[in-house]
Amino acid sequence: MPENRALYEQVILEHNKKPRNFRDMPEASCKSEGYNPLCGDHFTIYVKVNGDIIEDVSFMGAGCAISKSSASVMTTLLKGKTRKEAEALFVKFHGMVTASPEADIDENDLGRLSVFAGVREFPVRIKCATLAWHSMLAALDGKDAPVTTESDPS
Amino acid sequence: MDTELDVERLRHDFPALSLKRKGQPIVYLDNAATSHKPLCVIEAENRFYRTQNANVHRGIHYLSEVATEAYEEARKRIQRFLGIPLSCETIFTRGTTEGINLVANSYGRKFVNEGDEIVISAMEHHSNIVPWQMVRDERKAKLRVIPMNDQGELLIDEYEKMLNDRTKIVAVTYVSNALGTINPIRMMADMAHKRGIPILVDGAQAVPHLPINVAELGCDFFVCSGHKMFGPTGIGVMYGKAEWLNKLPPYQGGGDMILNVTFDKTAFASLPYKFEAGTPNIAGVVALGTAVDYLQSIGMDKIAAYEHELTEYGTKLLEPIEGLKLIGTAKAKAGVLAFVLENAHPHDIGQILDDCGVAIRAGHHCAQPVMQRFGVPATARASLAFYNTKQELDALAEAVMKVKKVFD
Repeated sequence: MPENRALYEQVILEHNKKPRNFRDMPEASCKSEGYNPLCGDHFTIYVKVNGDIIEDVSFMGAGCAISKSSASVMTTLLKGKTRKEAEALFVKFHGMVTASPEADIDENDLGRLSVFAGVREFPVRIKCATLAWHSMLAALDGKDAPVTTESDPS
Repeated sequence: MDTELDVERLRHDFPALSLKRKGQPIVYLDNAATSHKPLCVIEAENRFYRTQNANVHRGIHYLSEVATEAYEEARKRIQRFLGIPLSCETIFTRGTTEGINLVANSYGRKFVNEGDEIVISAMEHHSNIVPWQMVRDERKAKLRVIPMNDQGELLIDEYEKMLNDRTKIVAVTYVSNALGTINPIRMMADMAHKRGIPILVDGAQAVPHLPINVAELGCDFFVCSGHKMFGPTGIGVMYGKAEWLNKLPPYQGGGDMILNVTFDKTAFASLPYKFEAGTPNIAGVVALGTAVDYLQSIGMDKIAAYEHELTEYGTKLLEPIEGLKLIGTAKAKAGVLAFVLENAHPHDIGQILDDCGVAIRAGHHCAQPVMQRFGVPATARASLAFYNTKQELDALAEAVMKVKKVFD
């Protein structure tokens, strides 16, 4: 594992340029807005649920490369997952980006999410990486109030 | 040297300018957020605590006399530096934000009634918007906003049309922190005064860069922050014409702002003390006095001329970069270079610039309505001071090219 992983991995840049599932979803069963008031990032996450299964996820909005690509990667991972699985994935992701830069990364366990390991070197960007996830969970909870990066520790 | 300013020599006065990160010097282009401090200012604060420390205006013992004298001496020097007619019109605050809140609160309670209007501009910092919104909501008044053009210049004709018998106060910035625009304050003050309307000027971004004379500007209230003018944090100045200040109720109650207190009734102290409740930031005032001495020894006109040259140089460097758009291109402009890139979000620009050792600010700069007006989520902003150099602007442009390499 090379030390000092780059923040802007190729995968991140590519998702930033061509975000997946970057679309409105009129048939969404729930949606939630996420704000970072410190920098003006603002996304809406749409989720379509069938029973306990996440059938579709999409997002709209504007933000930096980290927040946008994180939202994009997230949408590619959640389809077909249950709410519990989505939560467990977020716990893993959150654990990784908030770990110390020296911590080992289990790429097998984290899969595509491991491209965000560089965020560990830039604590200021943790909020960028987790914004979409917090909004997605808020959408599943059916919370109407917008989520902001300032309402929880990260 | 194409300028009278010996910048290389002046740079040695600022310890923070020699800070390094990863072995390379930090190119500090975030002066609109806060400026670095010259050693004489750092030492003045230190010296106060070591040799003059006592509370002020309670002088029965020697040290209190020393502290009071240092405090009131600094007030006079700051008064002269800003061209304030009377020393009792020079009020110390925590900063620009508190100065505006003081005026909004006191003036609003006394003079703004239902249906009255408050005029601000489209390029205000949140600190010159939110306090007035609070007054508006509390007093059932209206807030009117002077529009601006695509260059970031206020539409003065529209402003003049806006003024009417219901206008109770105008609050406008001298220099925009997000765009760099220098507003024609004198003209705007004259237009307001023709109708008997007072004008508050937010001078936070002007004082470090332009010669200031509040009497010549014709403003009724003027506020600024010490930390943006090479002084300490947590200290600011509010000027108010005595005729207004005498009419306004105090903003905060407490010690030092009273003449006599009984449980029935309190008589307030005279100016400036009526508006300086509690123990002030004494060391901050003393050090700010040193900061204005330092600026005066250089000469604000020289500083303004040099920064103008720097701004033009930076503009010429950045403008031709493909996909880069400068936000704020007013004819009269101070040293703010705010821009967006086609393929990179300002936050990512800031991150990569930081990696190249260039410190800028990325975000909405506490001026979200400005971002909305220009249809951008945020901007990357390089903001200059007299200690910046053309080489540093070269480093900025080079770092921007690096951003493009990653994101284009």
